[in-house]
Amino acid sequence: MTTTDTHVPYEAGYTESEPGGERIYTVTGGDWEQVIGAGEEGAERIVVNMGPQHPSTHGVLRLVLDIEGETVRQTRLVIGYLHTGIEKSCEYRSWTQAVTYLTRADYLSPLFSETAYCLSVEKLLGITDQVPERATVIRVLVMELQRISSHLVGLATSGMELGATTAMIFGFREREKVLDLLEVITGLRMNHAFIRPGGVAQDLPDGAERAIREFLVDMPKRIKEYHRLLTGQAIWKNRLIDVNYLDAQACLALGVTGPVLRAAGLPWDLRKTMPYCGYETYEFDVPTAKEADSYARYLVRLEEMSESLKIIEQCLDRLRPGPVMVADKKIAWPAQLAIGQDGMGNSLEHIRKIMGTSMEALIHHFKLVTEGFRVPPGQVYTAIEAPRGELGCHVVSDGGTKPHRVHLRDPSFVNLQAVPAMTEGGQVGDVIVAVASVDPVLGGVDR
Amino acid sequence: MSELVPNGAAPSPGAALRRRDAFGAKGSGDTSGFGGLAVPPPVLTDNRPPFGDDDADAVYGALERAFPGLEEAIERVVYDRGELTLHVRREHLLAVAQTVRDDPALRFELLSSLSGVDYLDDPTGRRLHSVVHLASMTYRRRLRLEVSVSVDDPVMPSLTSVWPTADWHERETYDFFGIIFEGHHALTRIMMPDDWVGHPQRKDYPLGGIPVEYKGAQVPPPETRRSYS
Repeated sequence: MTTTDTHVPYEAGYTESEPGGERIYTVTGGDWEQVIGAGEEGAERIVVNMGPQHPSTHGVLRLVLDIEGETVRQTRLVIGYLHTGIEKSCEYRSWTQAVTYLTRADYLSPLFSETAYCLSVEKLLGITDQVPERATVIRVLVMELQRISSHLVGLATSGMELGATTAMIFGFREREKVLDLLEVITGLRMNHAFIRPGGVAQDLPDGAERAIREFLVDMPKRIKEYHRLLTGQAIWKNRLIDVNYLDAQACLALGVTGPVLRAAGLPWDLRKTMPYCGYETYEFDVPTAKEADSYARYLVRLEEMSESLKIIEQCLDRLRPGPVMVADKKIAWPAQLAIGQDGMGNSLEHIRKIMGTSMEALIHHFKLVTEGFRVPPGQVYTAIEAPRGELGCHVVSDGGTKPHRVHLRDPSFVNLQAVPAMTEGGQVGDVIVAVASVDPVLGGVDR
Repeated sequence: MSELVPNGAAPSPGAALRRRDAFGAKGSGDTSGFGGLAVPPPVLTDNRPPFGDDDADAVYGALERAFPGLEEAIERVVYDRGELTLHVRREHLLAVAQTVRDDPALRFELLSSLSGVDYLDDPTGRRLHSVVHLASMTYRRRLRLEVSVSVDDPVMPSLTSVWPTADWHERETYDFFGIIFEGHHALTRIMMPDDWVGHPQRKDYPLGGIPVEYKGAQVPPPETRRSYS
C-alpha cells in the first residue's frame, strides 16, 4: 500500500490507493466538503441494517434496507424481539387475571387493550347491558385521557426522531400530566389493570374530577403551543409534507386503520361507525385530511387530542353516583382496594368485614379470586378505536374458568406492514419519518 | 368456540374433565359447588337462516345469491351472540373470500384480523382453526370465516391475493399454530426465532419449561405450579 497524497494519514481528504487500483477514503474529522461526492458515481446496491435496538424506532424494531446511494429500493421489517407470549399466558390464568397480561401489550395505551378484552368477556357472559352507566363513563373518560397521552408520545418521539428535541420535551411534559391523572384514578402510571370484566376496579377518588377539570383548562393552551412550534415551521414542513404518501385504497389493502387512514381522507373511526361504550351519545368530530402524507397524519393526531378533550368534558358532566361494577356477585371481582400510604392495596375495611362478619362471604371471596368465574362457551370479536387504529380482541371460551384463546388484533402490528409501501423509492432519511408517522408500539406488535 | 355448547346433560366425570389441578383432585375439583369446574365436551352446532338478525340475514342472503353452490362450500353456519360465522371448506375459501370482498351487496373490504385457534378435541379431528374477521366499511358489518384443518394436513390457501394485509397475520398463524398457507410468498416465522422448533400456541405445547440460556436456569411450566382450576 503506497501513499499517493501529500496529506498526513487520517487527515480529511486523505486517500490511499491499493495496488489493485481501489481507493480507500478516510473521513476522520476535517472538512466534509472534500468528502461529499466521493464514491457517488455508480452507486451500488447495499444492504443496511437498522436496529434491532435503534433508539429512535419506538421499541425494538429492526429494519433491513436495500439502498442505492440515498434511495431506498427495498424495506424489510423484522419484528418479534419483544414477543413475550401474552396471548399464551392468558390461557393459563383466570378471566380476570388475563387483564393484567393484556395491559402489558401496547404499553402506551394499555387501557384500550383492557377495554377491548373486557367488552369481549362481557359479551360472552351476556352482561353487556348490566354494566353500570358510571363504569362505562369512567371507561370512556380514562380511554380518552390515554388517547391524549398516547398521541403526545407519538408527537414527542417523532419530534425526537427528526431532531426536534423541543417537541420531545413539550410532548413528554404534558404526557406527564396525563399520567399523573391516571395515577390518581387507577393508582398506576401505566399497566393499570383498571378495567375489569363487569366494570372498573375502583370508583374515581375524591379530587379526581377537579384535577381533570384543571387539565381541561390547561391542555388547549398547550395544543396551541404545539401548533405554534411545529405546524408552520419550515423544517418540520419540509420533512413531512408529501413524504410517505399512502392513499386510502392502499390503506384498505394493507389493513391500515386509525390516523393514517383518516389522514388519507376516509373518516373511518369505530367510535362513530360501529359505536361501543355509548360513544354514539357523545358529541365530537372525526378529523380527517386529504393529503395522505406524514404531515396530514401529524395534523390529524393533534386535532384528535382536541376532540378527546371535548369527550372528557362530557364524561365529567355525565358522572352520576352509582356502582362501578355489575351487581352479579358471582362475576364482580371483590376488588375492594384502597389507597394507603404505600400505594394501592387491599381495603382493610373490606377485609375486616368479610373476615369478621360472614364466613360465607370469605369463602365466596376466596373461590372467586382463586378459581374465578365460568364463562359460557363461544367466541366473540370486539373492536374499539385505539389511538393507532382498530384494536380487536378475539376471545374464545370453552366454558371454563380460563380463556381458551385470546388474540389481540393490534393496530401497530397491521399498520407496520405499510412501511415498505411508504418508503420504497424514497430517501433513507424519510424511513425514520415513515416509522414515526405510523407511530407503532412494539409491545403491541409483538405481544 | 361457537360450537362448544353445553349439551344439557351433566358431563360424565372422566370424559368431560380436561383440566386437572396440581393437587390431583378427581371429578370437578370443586368442593363448594360454586364453580363446577368440569368443562363440557364440545358439540358442533349448525344454525340456518333466518337468524333473526337483519345484518346476518342480509349477509347470508346476499352470499347465497352471489355464490352458487354455497351449500357445497360451507360446512356449517353458526350465529351466536350477534356474530355470524361461516365454516368454509378450505378448497372453496379463495372463491368465497373473493365473493364477499367484491360483491356489491357484501363488500367486506377490510380484513381485520386473521389468527388461529387450537380446539384440541374437535370432534371432526381437524383441530387447527384459522379464524378470519372481516369488516365491511360500506355496510358497517362484520363477518367471521373459519377454516379447520388437521395437524397431519395443516394446509389451507393463503388470502394474501385477496387482502394483502393477510401477509403478517398468516405468518403469525403459521408461527404459532403451524398452519401452512399455500400461495403465501414468504411464509416464515415472525415472532419466534427462525430456528425455533414447534408451534407455541398449540394446546399441546407447554407454557414455559423451555430451558433458557441464562446460566443454565430453567423456568418450571406453570401447569406444575399451584392452580385452583
